Amino acid sequence: MERTLTNFIRALRSSEVRVSTGEALDATRAVALIGYGDRTLLKESLGCVLAKSEQEKQVHDRLFDLYFSHSESKSKSDSNNEEFQPEDGESQPAPENLIELMQSGDEAAISTAMERAAEAAGIDDIRFSTQVAYYAQQIVKQMGGEGLQERLLEALQGREPQDEADAQELIDIRRDLTMRARERAERAFDVFGAGETQQFRDDFAAEKRLNALDRYDMERMKILIAKIAKRLAVKHSRRRKKRNRGQLDVRRTMRANAGLDGVPFNVIWRQKKKDRPKIVAICDVSGSVAQYVRFLLLLLYSLADAVPDIHAFAFSHRLKPVDDILADNEFEQAMTKIIREMGMGSTDYGQAWSDLKVGHESIIDRRTTVIVLGDGRSNYGDPRADLFREFAQRAKSMIWLNPEGRPLWGTGDSAIPRYLPFCSQMSHVATLKDLERAVDEVLAAYG
Amino acid sequence: MAKDISTGYEPLTSIEAVTSGLATVGYISTREISTSVFLAHGLRKPILIEGPAGVGKTDLAQSLAKWLDLPVLRLQCYEGLDEGKALYEWKYGKQLLYTQILKEKLNELIGSADNLSQSLGKLSSFEDLFFSEQFLESRPLLTAMQQPAGSVLLIDEIDKSDEEFEAFLLEVLSDYQVTVPEIGTIRANVPPIVILTSNNVRELGDALKRRCLHLHIGFPDAARERMIVQARVPDVTESLLKQLVSFVQGVRETDVKKRPSISETVDWARTLLLMHANALDENFVRSTLNVLLKHESDIAAVSKEVPRLVREAAGPDKAGRTSSGYPDLG
Repeated sequence: MERTLTNFIRALRSSEVRVSTGEALDATRAVALIGYGDRTLLKESLGCVLAKSEQEKQVHDRLFDLYFSHSESKSKSDSNNEEFQPEDGESQPAPENLIELMQSGDEAAISTAMERAAEAAGIDDIRFSTQVAYYAQQIVKQMGGEGLQERLLEALQGREPQDEADAQELIDIRRDLTMRARERAERAFDVFGAGETQQFRDDFAAEKRLNALDRYDMERMKILIAKIAKRLAVKHSRRRKKRNRGQLDVRRTMRANAGLDGVPFNVIWRQKKKDRPKIVAICDVSGSVAQYVRFLLLLLYSLADAVPDIHAFAFSHRLKPVDDILADNEFEQAMTKIIREMGMGSTDYGQAWSDLKVGHESIIDRRTTVIVLGDGRSNYGDPRADLFREFAQRAKSMIWLNPEGRPLWGTGDSAIPRYLPFCSQMSHVATLKDLERAVDEVLAAYG
Repeated sequence: MAKDISTGYEPLTSIEAVTSGLATVGYISTREISTSVFLAHGLRKPILIEGPAGVGKTDLAQSLAKWLDLPVLRLQCYEGLDEGKALYEWKYGKQLLYTQILKEKLNELIGSADNLSQSLGKLSSFEDLFFSEQFLESRPLLTAMQQPAGSVLLIDEIDKSDEEFEAFLLEVLSDYQVTVPEIGTIRANVPPIVILTSNNVRELGDALKRRCLHLHIGFPDAARERMIVQARVPDVTESLLKQLVSFVQGVRETDVKKRPSISETVDWARTLLLMHANALDENFVRSTLNVLLKHESDIAAVSKEVPRLVREAAGPDKAGRTSSGYPDLG
């Protein structure tokens, strides 16, 4: 039984539920306390020992059902079903037994035999969906499939009408057997492999160019962004603590020790106040850049815990604040609305800066990080770099995220070289990873 | 884990015992909650409870203590909470006072000493006296360790405390011991049952999570909520109870910022009782919505839905089903 539990824990680990050795031991102790008898009780208990968040609990419950659905048949029949027992070592069971077993139609016996064969084939090592066929084959082999094959060949070569019928029956048995083995292997893949495949896909999606993502990827990206946001929030909320500077705070020390006859038992140090991050995102939502804006805004707004003070503006021709739209609508709807309202007309950076200057200049102060997301392609209009410089001087820092690669900066109608001198940083952002790094740096600057 | 001394945890023999025991003090438990409590005792591990505000996280600890007849020690966490407030503190004032008294007696006391080293020896023995348990002000964590028959230690809203404090808790939670440098290590004879609650203001560290059993308490289903309200507000009539619970369940399904939790349902039941309401009435509901909902925009949004929700809440009697679709268990 220990093995069942260990393998279950391995399955959990492969699905991103981090189970430590200590927790594994706890699980063993919990099982010793409550026993295997009651399935729901076991599920609840293991869930409460092994899973450490609501999300992990869901993964746990799903895997528990998958995993124990087959281990149940194994354990149940361990005791009462001994007729089909492959011997240790390499020896395969005789084909007669297999044929008899399959003909008997005894589901319990068949699944017991299947479990044994699956275990002998090392099915729990399965990692990728492409391995399903291989493991299914191994299971069939462990159950005596080779003997069956020989019998089948014999029967096919026979000339008697009886042989014909036998052959047909053997073919049916083999098909049935293969199907069951496949099912078993697929279930094992769901338990042990699906998590790692997921991980692989996530890594792949994070490295993919943002504008090359299709509909199918969007859901995955949303989950990924939520994960990234959580990671950044944890990382940066930690440093929001004020740090001692080693200077005595005389006033507060005296007050704290007034009750002790003024003897300074409790010494209070002066503390440094930290700025909370304040971000103003200015996004070009013209066709070529809109897709990137979607991800930047999604990431920024998922960060609400770490950065309470976020303002967003969108423009292509005229610039408008979009905070209200984002607050009142579901994200996808909000994006559609923003692009519909603001995305029309030819891009004009100069106009956008003067709109910002006239209507919203006061939003930028020395604590503000301004993030501009755009390609700087202003249709040969006046880029108004003078206004941009003013903003840069007011702000704590000016970060420009450019979806275009460095070689393209300044080509054609790109006004990037005019803005470049005033940016604290200009980086090429093509993938989710780039985006994460950029936002990480912005937050780190407030550390 | 047989122990010679008697502890207060004997009633925790089985999961059913936990459920029925908690019911005797008015806490309607679920199987999940009872399992966690049972395992927490069996494995000697703290329980970390997460869930929305007002679903009975803190109440579980209080009820558990009440049922087991043990002291409950509550440590409310907040930003800046430190060891001095959580564990122990030296009674500076008292130490100071005693020093003053000693000063006058000083000559008398070391008068008998022949030389410097002897008088130094005498003085240092007084020093030790100052840092003894007599001058130790124990705070919740230390007090919990010192209870002879065990206790329930409630560390409330751990997510509001700082990372440093969380790290400091690790020693206490894994070994049930506390180290006071001047005195030594104080170990709990009977480890307390520790319950931590979190509203998920920030993500807790993995190290802390690993040491705890995880329990999520969510909003209850209609049947359990009725039992809870019944237990808390026994005077409420059967029909009103049914209606108000299915109304609240209906409100939870609408798109509100802060969904009403059990404590709000109970408050509302009390309110309706005070107003001598026998059945839900649109005007009654509108005028008391502020008990149930805490945001102006929520109240405005739900106000519009009141007629529908009241109709649905009154529904089971006529249509024979509750709004949540569950068979009627009341």
